Amino acid sequence: MVRLKEGEVRIPSGCAIAGILNQKGTCFSGDRIISCIASMRQRSNGLGGGFAAYGIYPQYEKQYALHLYYDHEKARSESETLLNRNFKICYAEPIPVRKNSRVGEAPLAWRYFADPREERLQEQGMDEEEFMVGMVMQINSGIAGAFIASSGHNMGAFKGMAYPEDIGDYFRLDEYRAYLWTAHGRFPTNTPGWWGGAHPFTLLDWSVVHNGEISSYGSNRRFLEMFGYRCSLQTDTEVIAYIFDFLMRREGLGLDDTVKIIAATFWEDMGDRKLAWLRHRYSSLLLNGPFSIIVATGNGMAAVNDRIKLRPLVAACKDDFLYISSEEAAIRKVEPVLDKLWSPSGGEPVIGLIDNKVGLLEPKLNGVFIRSA
Amino acid sequence: MALTMLAPVFKVEREESRCIKCGVCVQQCANEVHHLDNGWMWTNDEECVACQRCVSLCPAQALAIKEYPLSFRVNSHWTPATIREIYAQADSGGVLLAGMGNPRSYKSYFDHLLLNASQVTNPSIDPLREPMELNTSLGNKTGSSELSEKPLISLRLPIMFSAMSFGSVSLNVHKSLSRAAYAMGTLWNTGEGGLHPDLFSYKDNAVVQVASGRFGVHPAYLENSAVIEIKIGQGAKPGIGGHLPGAKVSEEVARTRMIPAWSDAISPAPHHDIYSIEDLAQLIETLKVATGYKKPIAVKVAAVHNISAIASGVVRAGADILAIDGFRGATGAAPMRIRDHVGIPIEIALAQVDSRLRDEGIRQQVSLVAAGGIRNSADVVKAIALGADAVYIATAALIALGCHLCQMCFTGKCNWGIATTRPDLSRRLNPEVGAKRAQNLLQAWEHEIKEIMGAMGINAIDSLRGNRLMLRGIGLGPEELKILGVKAAGEEG
Amino acid sequence: MKITAIPDYCLGCGLCRIYCAAAHDGFQGNVLRAFKHGSPLPRINLINWQGLTYFNVCRHCQDAPCINACISGAMQRDENGRVYVDNSRCVSCYTCILVCPFGHPQVSRERPGILKCDLCRESNREPACLKHCPNEAIIWDEESGPTGSAKNKVHGE
Repeated sequence: MVRLKEGEVRIPSGCAIAGILNQKGTCFSGDRIISCIASMRQRSNGLGGGFAAYGIYPQYEKQYALHLYYDHEKARSESETLLNRNFKICYAEPIPVRKNSRVGEAPLAWRYFADPREERLQEQGMDEEEFMVGMVMQINSGIAGAFIASSGHNMGAFKGMAYPEDIGDYFRLDEYRAYLWTAHGRFPTNTPGWWGGAHPFTLLDWSVVHNGEISSYGSNRRFLEMFGYRCSLQTDTEVIAYIFDFLMRREGLGLDDTVKIIAATFWEDMGDRKLAWLRHRYSSLLLNGPFSIIVATGNGMAAVNDRIKLRPLVAACKDDFLYISSEEAAIRKVEPVLDKLWSPSGGEPVIGLIDNKVGLLEPKLNGVFIRSA
Repeated sequence: MALTMLAPVFKVEREESRCIKCGVCVQQCANEVHHLDNGWMWTNDEECVACQRCVSLCPAQALAIKEYPLSFRVNSHWTPATIREIYAQADSGGVLLAGMGNPRSYKSYFDHLLLNASQVTNPSIDPLREPMELNTSLGNKTGSSELSEKPLISLRLPIMFSAMSFGSVSLNVHKSLSRAAYAMGTLWNTGEGGLHPDLFSYKDNAVVQVASGRFGVHPAYLENSAVIEIKIGQGAKPGIGGHLPGAKVSEEVARTRMIPAWSDAISPAPHHDIYSIEDLAQLIETLKVATGYKKPIAVKVAAVHNISAIASGVVRAGADILAIDGFRGATGAAPMRIRDHVGIPIEIALAQVDSRLRDEGIRQQVSLVAAGGIRNSADVVKAIALGADAVYIATAALIALGCHLCQMCFTGKCNWGIATTRPDLSRRLNPEVGAKRAQNLLQAWEHEIKEIMGAMGINAIDSLRGNRLMLRGIGLGPEELKILGVKAAGEEG
Repeated sequence: MKITAIPDYCLGCGLCRIYCAAAHDGFQGNVLRAFKHGSPLPRINLINWQGLTYFNVCRHCQDAPCINACISGAMQRDENGRVYVDNSRCVSCYTCILVCPFGHPQVSRERPGILKCDLCRESNREPACLKHCPNEAIIWDEESGPTGSAKNKVHGE
């Protein structure tokens, strides 16, 4: 039997999600997030787990940190040719791993710290981010056997086909220190077939972990395609990441507005003219169906539920830490005594930012990102 | 003519043991089929059109209308209908006229599309317990902020009543549909016959048409509207104008259309000020200027072979709403050969146009309205999943008002008081009853759409629009699936 | 409590008379039984003249001349205000016919007594004419009756 890979088939799944942020920007080891997500083992089935970590590459924080998975050496040589043509690569190495029997056949994992070549940007007439998005799309859909797991600054995604705690062990996350960790344990209803299909899904600095199934996928996807996004993975999560990217980076909307688009206020409660306009304009980006998601950038994270709260989501604070999780128990596991714990209402975002940050994206002086959360 | 070779099409069967000779059938049949002479009931079957009025009203259930027993030798090429049509043309030397929509057995793509539902991985939503939004807004959605938003029209449900002119239908039809549209928070459409002064109070729910005859178009008409629709063509007769026979142009129709009473009202085939796309752009702009840029301008075109290029042009010409009328769309009168052989199915046209507008990045500039043969709420859901923002219904609305699809609208002798302006006939449609029935129909469909969406795990129609993953084709070839943009039943994704 | 017909929407089809007859005299609404095997006696009169119709039915007057004039006490009003005739007490003097300003009560040619609308009080259901009018042209009168709102003013008119 030929096993279809994720990307060739769309696979619904249930999940556990978790996120831990130190709002002062102090880095801490991956042990905590592993312990947190491991306690929700029943929400996963061993067919997908992963982490996003922010602040792990301070020595290369100016460069794009590219995590690539290769099915074979040929994919690596093809990809590296492409990368070399488009980037100045400061440093490249295989991602260190600790083999364990609970993680099956793994792809080659490499990381590159790279700057886009100025002349390539000029040629293409794009800004750096557009260029990067283009590169990611090109490698993911163009080179067989190669997949970009993450492509942001000072961050990385570590994911694969196993329980999340085993993936954490495999990638030696206990040895990394980050100020923001998100994690995902997956319960796909079909075998995803490859590591690229695991979560978190990332693009530039964005990472998304997501529990749920987006029944509006077809609408969302066809809307995004009008703006050049190619949903090569066919996962709901990919669509969510692109929606955030589209609304916040390209349309310059703030997080509040973005949340009001993906989990729109019901028309019968719609008092605000601006919200109504947002809903009219971006009605196809409403996320329908059950979901809870954590979206993160280097500036912080935001969690939101679908508007009728069909999936679990709890949040808690303790000192400088913000915790978000599918289950309260997972938070208590790593922080038994909390200052505050609450269950956010459907469509009401929980936003945690590093202290001096004003939004998930940096405000830009050229005015593109002046509206922020 | 001495000899007509036309045999009756229908046979009226009266069960003598039941007939009470009450004369209701005699009194009700405008075609004068039934007669009562000194206690003797007899029928003139040639005149029967099978409108079922007598059958419906007979208090003794004594009547049945049957097809006239086969009178031709069996021939699968020369069917009885074909032969009859030749006789009729040999008799008259004229173009065959027909009413309502294309009745031929072309494939209905709606019947080859299946809907999705949630199971386990995604909870279905119970519309009785959770909010379920069918709210739809029509217009150009590209306004860059709430302050520069283009005029939009909000509907409570994505179903509107399609254009039917006063004159082709009775004023009571307009009264019924306008009241139902008001009650349901949607729109009705005047058609090209003007807006009767009695209905000015329903202006906020009215789509007023500007068609090639420009009947009844004046500043107050344009102002008294929610949307102005330029009618280029209609699905029942693409490329063909309109002809309202003088006999239907009563004093009131004449006043509303601003033409002399009892004179033929002829709509030219093209707009004589629109010979090309740039002329359409000018008319759109003219109407926007005339109404202070406060109303969305719709353009209605028939679904023809190169519909997607036409649609793209219409959107670029500035239309805020594009209504596409498929080949099942109905009419009061059309040449039969045109009605039955010109145009393409709405499902195909809609899928094509939605995809094309997305490819060109102009889908946000326009709302798509699908029309022509929408029969039930499942068709509505399928049309929206294919890419429509809303649908127009007209035949279904008339059926709700009592139409039995006898297809003889052009005679003006509609026994149901619908396609007529004769006072004695049009009074048969009490607008109180009509409004309630049309409203009931919309309400019923609204409930059904909510159920279907809830089963899909969707609680806003926005998430259904263009969501072709909610559809699967059954019994369709690869080319058809490709054009519709849907996967085959059994394909995952 | 009374019914009336909206002249604009009365078709003059006469179904009201047929269902009226079937609703009385023990036919229990069965049209065939009434018309094929009985003597149907409609209480309603429907005049159809040159496209105009006149639905002549009892007004069930507050101060009913027929009750006042009845010499045998056959003409009565029930607890719901419906004026009806108790034909077992009727002596066929026809005084009611003389005094009715609307010309409603009629002589019954089939039997002693008179015929008049009793709003189908025997069946204790909605009056048959109202129920069966194909165009809902027969309605409860605005000021009275259980569904007095039947002819609600509609939006804007």
